[in-house]
Amino acid sequence: MTDNRRIDTPTGTETVGHEWDGIEELDTPMPRWWLWSLYASIVWAIGYVILYPAWPMVNSATEGLLGWTSRGEFEQSIAAREAELEPIRQALVSTDIRKLNGSPELMQQAIEGGRSAFKVHCVQCHGTGAAGSKGYPNLNDDNWLWGGDLEAIEYTLTHGIRNPDHDKTRFSQMPAFGRDGILQPDEISDLVSYVRVLSGKEENSESATRGAALFEVNCTVCHGPEGKGDRTQGAPDLTDSISLYGLDRESLKYTITNSRYGVMPRWGHRLDAATIRMLAVYVHSLGGGETLPAVEEVNEDTLEKIGHEQVAGDERS
Amino acid sequence: MNAPEVIKDKRSLFEKRKPVFPKAVDGYYRRLKWVVMAVTLTIYYVTPWIRWDRGPYAPDQAVLVDLAGRRFYMFGIEIWPHEFYYVAGLLVMAGIGLFLVTSAVGRAWCGYACPQTVWTDVYQHIERWIDGDHNAQVRLQNSPWTANKIIRRFSKWGIWLVIAFATGGAWIFYFADAPTLARQFISGEAPFVAYATVGILTATTFILGGFMREQFCIYACPWPRIQSTMMDENSLIVTYKDWRGEPRGSLKQVKNDPENFGDCIDCLQCVQVCPTGIDIREGPQIGCITCALCIDACDQVMEKIDRPRGLIDYITYEDADRERAGEPTQPAWKNLLRVRTILYFAVWAGIGLGMLFVLGNRMRLDIAVQSDRNPIYVQLADGNIRNSYDAKIRNMESRPRTVEISMSGLGQAVLWSTGGTRENAGRSVTVQVPADSVGKVRLFVAGPGEGVAKETFAFTVEAEDDPTAKDTQEVYFERPGTE
Repeated sequence: MTDNRRIDTPTGTETVGHEWDGIEELDTPMPRWWLWSLYASIVWAIGYVILYPAWPMVNSATEGLLGWTSRGEFEQSIAAREAELEPIRQALVSTDIRKLNGSPELMQQAIEGGRSAFKVHCVQCHGTGAAGSKGYPNLNDDNWLWGGDLEAIEYTLTHGIRNPDHDKTRFSQMPAFGRDGILQPDEISDLVSYVRVLSGKEENSESATRGAALFEVNCTVCHGPEGKGDRTQGAPDLTDSISLYGLDRESLKYTITNSRYGVMPRWGHRLDAATIRMLAVYVHSLGGGETLPAVEEVNEDTLEKIGHEQVAGDERS
Repeated sequence: MNAPEVIKDKRSLFEKRKPVFPKAVDGYYRRLKWVVMAVTLTIYYVTPWIRWDRGPYAPDQAVLVDLAGRRFYMFGIEIWPHEFYYVAGLLVMAGIGLFLVTSAVGRAWCGYACPQTVWTDVYQHIERWIDGDHNAQVRLQNSPWTANKIIRRFSKWGIWLVIAFATGGAWIFYFADAPTLARQFISGEAPFVAYATVGILTATTFILGGFMREQFCIYACPWPRIQSTMMDENSLIVTYKDWRGEPRGSLKQVKNDPENFGDCIDCLQCVQVCPTGIDIREGPQIGCITCALCIDACDQVMEKIDRPRGLIDYITYEDADRERAGEPTQPAWKNLLRVRTILYFAVWAGIGLGMLFVLGNRMRLDIAVQSDRNPIYVQLADGNIRNSYDAKIRNMESRPRTVEISMSGLGQAVLWSTGGTRENAGRSVTVQVPADSVGKVRLFVAGPGEGVAKETFAFTVEAEDDPTAKDTQEVYFERPGTE
């Protein structure tokens, strides 16, 4: 190729030397600032490659002198947050659950902590709004099988329901009246009528009257003579408007025939005490929480502590 | 490869800056500039240090933009983020105010009050103080780097830097408690952003006021362009009265041939005093910021050579035509009171009065309620239905307040909040809201299970200490009912 480079007069810039139909191209040099930023980037890149993970290897990348990893950074920030929350968790565990009400600030922190723990551990069955579904209790309502004060909720959370490997678990078992041949289908139908009368879903009828007699024999041991249930045994109140499996004839028939056994895992050995307490406080706060029986013995130390916390809470707010 | 031919004629895309060494001048407009400079700089430096008592729960700084707390305080006015339209309104007023000023008196903003003008003016005075007046400055500029030049240059830049630092330093005090921040700043405990802001503003002040000067006005600032579309034949502009001055000639020429020369003796005083280095005798131009120093300079000369003042003068285009034709000019008030200026003023004042009215009547307490959607309602054991609501109570007073939230409508329903129980529920709850903040409260309403699916009722919040502070929001009570 012949070299036809020349200086273009109007611009003073060298041409690249090609010419097509009289059209030439200027060989304008790179702007100085651009070149310098390129060199600076190269220097930067060398330093970066030495200090940070860079070259992909078979299993992972080269480590870099600083030893930085994104997972490490993530773990650090999680640990930092945990450390920040530690005093709250400590305070929560060391405060008597019966006296938690005395420190609204701590209560509020527990609710927020419980809200996020709930989203991790509980929503699979109870739903994001804790409203449950058929077979899974709605935690918003004012109906509790095993008790709805803070202590009872914490116990249920810690020990679970119907965990066969655990002595302290909440346990109840209704016989499968139909399947085990205790009652005949027409008797079950009569019982269904009576239970529906109890909960106000049906008018009294002959069938229900027959059912009432059957109820007295078979059901009062757990559900009580008036069908009001018994919390110590986890027997549901049959007179209210809430039912775990439905109050329509079909559902009731199935329940009496086959019985039902919902299971809730126990969390005592999976979660720490603070998280369980937060969950208890959160569930209690959903609207149906019941008041604890009055505190019996008052210790001076605890009184003083509550006083301090209240003062601290007031200053913060 | 052929050796490239060396081309000497390299053209540049940009015009090289012609150095400007404005000469000192005294006169009516120069004194006006001194006053405006004193007032604007005082406002700028003193404002953050003015105290204003707002009680124990709010800052005591008269003007404070609290970005972290998202509050804007201006004397007795406190603006919350949702009231940002007041700030927008102020900006609109500032814009229309500039329109008004421009249509009435031309580029007065540029000539007197613009920070670029004020700080450049300060810097030019320091320049004259260190380097001497016009001629001395030119000599120093052209001299080699002697010890004298080095000392003068560095002392000038040093003083400029101190002023630049003070400028950037004052700015940050608008965003935090001034005495506290000053202490922190000196002891090195101030947040990084404070030092960064001061650093950036020091640099911009030093560069814009010391070196870019009129180039900023001519090349960078959009305002001169906008202004030139807003000026009309009735706006005041600095005008060289060519019909009086031309043809110009030196004093000697005029003496020899008085009949054929005008009043301009071509002494170039108007050019030498000009801070932007233009020749006003070429007519109105983008570089003219109408600071009127050329008027002062020319008036001095006219007085000396015994001619009437005002060869260069503030005059409107229309008046210039009248004067050229030998007719009397309009009185000043006629120039000021035109449909255009009156309209601008009416809009400007209307926005201002409107904002003052709204400001005076704004409610310092409000409630925002959101129904819980998950679940929408809860079936209670006794057949009733419970709905939950998240309420936000905004207390915009700088004192803690006790407020009562009550229900209207939904006759048989009861209301309680977190911590309460249905057994003790009534038709209202009492909530404490901390000073100057938003209190959140969860409300539970239990009502009969029978009825329409969506029943309207309302929550009303009322301050205990002020029965006029009241706000209501309508919400639904939802149940599995009929439509």
